[in-house]
Amino acid sequence: MSLSDGLAKTRGGFLSRLFGRKAEEPITPEFLDELEEALLRADLSVSLVDPLMAQVRDLASTGELKTVPKALDAVREVLVAELTKQDASLRSGGKPRVILVVGVNGSGKTTTAAKLAKRLRDAGESPLLVAADTFRAAAIEQLETWASRLDIPIVSGRPDGDPAAVVFDAINAANARGNSTVIADTAGRLHTKGHLMDELGKIVRVTGRAREGAPDEVLLVLDGTAGQNAIQQARQFTKDANVTGLVITKLDGTAKGGAVFAIVHELGLPVKYLGVGEKADDLVPMDARAFVDALLPRAA
Amino acid sequence: MFEQLSDKLNVTFERLRGRPRVSEADLEEALRDVRVALLEADVNLKVVRQLIATVRERALGEKVLESITGAQQVVKIVHDALVEMLGGEAAPIERAATPPTVVLLVGLQGSGKTTTAGKLANTLRKQGRHPLLVAADVHRPAAIDQLRALGKQLGIPVTEVNASRVASDVAAAIAAAPAQARDTVIVDTAGRLHIDDEMMKEVEAVVAAAKPHEVLLVVDAMTGQDAVEAASAFKARLPISGLVLTKVDSDARGGASLSIRAATGIPVKLLGVGEKLDALEVFHPDRLAQRILGMGDVLTLVEKAQEAVDRKTAEEQTKKLLEARFTFEDFYATLQQVKRMGPIGDLMKMIPGMGAVAKQLPTGPEAEAQMKRIEAMISSMTRAERVDPTIINGSRRRRIAAGSGTTVTEVNQLIKQFAEMQKLMKQMGGLAKSGRLPRIPGMPMPR
Ligand SMILES: Nc1nc2c(ncn2[C@@H]2O[C@H](COP(=O)(O)OP(=O)(O)O)[C@@H](O)[C@H]2O)c(=O)[nH]1
Ligand SMILES: Nc1nc2c(ncn2[C@@H]2O[C@H](COP(=O)(O)OP(=O)(O)O)[C@@H](O)[C@H]2O)c(=O)[nH]1
Ligand SMILES: [Mg+2]
Ligand SMILES: [Mg+2]
Repeated sequence: MSLSDGLAKTRGGFLSRLFGRKAEEPITPEFLDELEEALLRADLSVSLVDPLMAQVRDLASTGELKTVPKALDAVREVLVAELTKQDASLRSGGKPRVILVVGVNGSGKTTTAAKLAKRLRDAGESPLLVAADTFRAAAIEQLETWASRLDIPIVSGRPDGDPAAVVFDAINAANARGNSTVIADTAGRLHTKGHLMDELGKIVRVTGRAREGAPDEVLLVLDGTAGQNAIQQARQFTKDANVTGLVITKLDGTAKGGAVFAIVHELGLPVKYLGVGEKADDLVPMDARAFVDALLPRAA
Repeated sequence: MFEQLSDKLNVTFERLRGRPRVSEADLEEALRDVRVALLEADVNLKVVRQLIATVRERALGEKVLESITGAQQVVKIVHDALVEMLGGEAAPIERAATPPTVVLLVGLQGSGKTTTAGKLANTLRKQGRHPLLVAADVHRPAAIDQLRALGKQLGIPVTEVNASRVASDVAAAIAAAPAQARDTVIVDTAGRLHIDDEMMKEVEAVVAAAKPHEVLLVVDAMTGQDAVEAASAFKARLPISGLVLTKVDSDARGGASLSIRAATGIPVKLLGVGEKLDALEVFHPDRLAQRILGMGDVLTLVEKAQEAVDRKTAEEQTKKLLEARFTFEDFYATLQQVKRMGPIGDLMKMIPGMGAVAKQLPTGPEAEAQMKRIEAMISSMTRAERVDPTIINGSRRRRIAAGSGTTVTEVNQLIKQFAEMQKLMKQMGGLAKSGRLPRIPGMPMPR
């Protein structure tokens, strides 16, 4: 699925009323209120929206911004710039490349691991999946089902086994078998649970023992429907697990994932992929323009 | 999880409380803070506006602006509006007159439906019921394995459905339940987007076939502004009877629950508070409202405070606190006032500005004794030391300890706590002044 197809469903309704406007329409107080509403309803943090709107109001009052489309373009531009400051390509610092997929419960980690494996395989790589969620019931079976569907090799942990050991073994297995990338799915954990975050820190450290400099990527999977708590999640995971990039899932719904702006702004993390469905192909590289256009749609 | 919101509102109202009357400007400032706090708690924008409008209208309607106890009234108005928004009594899970009772769990992907199915079965069994779990998620890989594993852990039977006949298999499992001596059937369904018409039709068919007594919408407490949109869409197509809020063990402020309740009327019934199968709690709206505001019986305390606290002193102290000029001298004066009012544990919170720092201070049965020691230590300080604690060096600490019959460790601890409190107050002061937020560096407007 293409990004615009995946995100297309999120258009319409309130937003089309707001943005399906004539090109020369002047900026009115009502428009400014509606713009603010669109941003807040997309989960952009009030700590970003308030100053942003203050600037728009300023520029509108001095006449520097005159029409509705100009104002919208200006805001879009700010938002796109915020999202494109960082390099969003997948890093690699050795063989095999090691990618850890982390995040809170139910955000879409396992599905993202499977989708990413397929993407890389389609690009000519030979990925190895690692089922290292040894905690949640049938989490291993879930990734194994994906692996067999996609015909991608997998190394699995045992229920209640040590996840760090599974990842360590898998990296060695990848070395022996010549897999170019190891993608390890980890158990969901709330960022507030110290012991679980410690466990994750250990997984990160152990990968470095299996391959110098690993992991190359620690992808934090954020649920696109999450609100301001996503910021807390990103802070804590970055602190405990050295997050290198973000994946935002479930953007095929009506949520816009706007909480990510505060995260990118504060932590300087790149958004690497977007999840736009439950199928294997529903993972697309970050496209800042399409993401922002879904938030503030252009008149059709 | 709601603590931050309550802290924020407390800061606002403690500031207000220190003033003899609320001007219209004060009210607007307080309402601005309430707006920010609620938005940061993920309360839906429409609901925030509704709440603010209600509070403003009532505050003006009650002629609060001319009233000497205006601040207290504003606190009460916000509190009452929140309670109303959350609904009245805790709603129990329905029980069918003729068994089996059928409970269906629905919701977005990953919200916690399958886990909640296991938890609910576990809870009901503890209450003497005989649940049957039905695995009707034929879409997510290994979803049936997941519920089967939970059933095995619990020793509760699990019936699976066939992907090609989900609705009729669910109906068949329910029909077969009495013969297996099962009086309650809990049906786990696939996660689905509210805008996925095909999937919504699937679950409509399951509802039509299963005729459930409860259709519970399972919602992640971390959900943002979209919660209302999704919940409304589910409610438009299914007879949703209650909400289960999951992952409440996170630090999410949980505005989603408030939003959904206010916007759709769906009552919150259960809270998921962990990954384990016993981590399910009954939800009490009244408790939640109090927790949101961090109030407890603050309203009665406010009344008591009016009599006891010399308003002018309180006002000065609030000002000093917010500017981090609060000294041991002021602290001592505050303690004296508090002593006049009764049990310290309860009353600490009431002193303007103190609610947020109450965590730093002793509570519980030992609090009274500990307060005495603190008082003794402060009395043993010189005036210069009380005004500027940074001069209290090692030998001064030994002298204070000896003079107050305490230990140097205790003195150290007091000074450290005091410093932390000052730091906290400084942050609050900054927050208080930021009616207008600063321009964010690195986010310039293009021209
Ligand atoms: N609609 C939609 N659902 C998704 C997406 N990514 C994951 N999911 C679903 O979300 C649920 C949880 O995903 P899973 O990968 O098991 O999450 P995990 O607990 O973080 O491993 C599953 O039902 C997935 O099918 C996405 O991009 N869009
Ligand atoms: N911490 C925590 N995790 C939960 C809670 N409820 C569910 N989970 C986790 O959230 C994830 C998704 O739950 P699941 O039941 O599979 O969601 P479903 O896709 O809606 O069926 C799993 O990792 C669960 O362990 C809860 O109340 N607290
Ligand atoms: Mg998983
Ligand atoms: Mg499920």
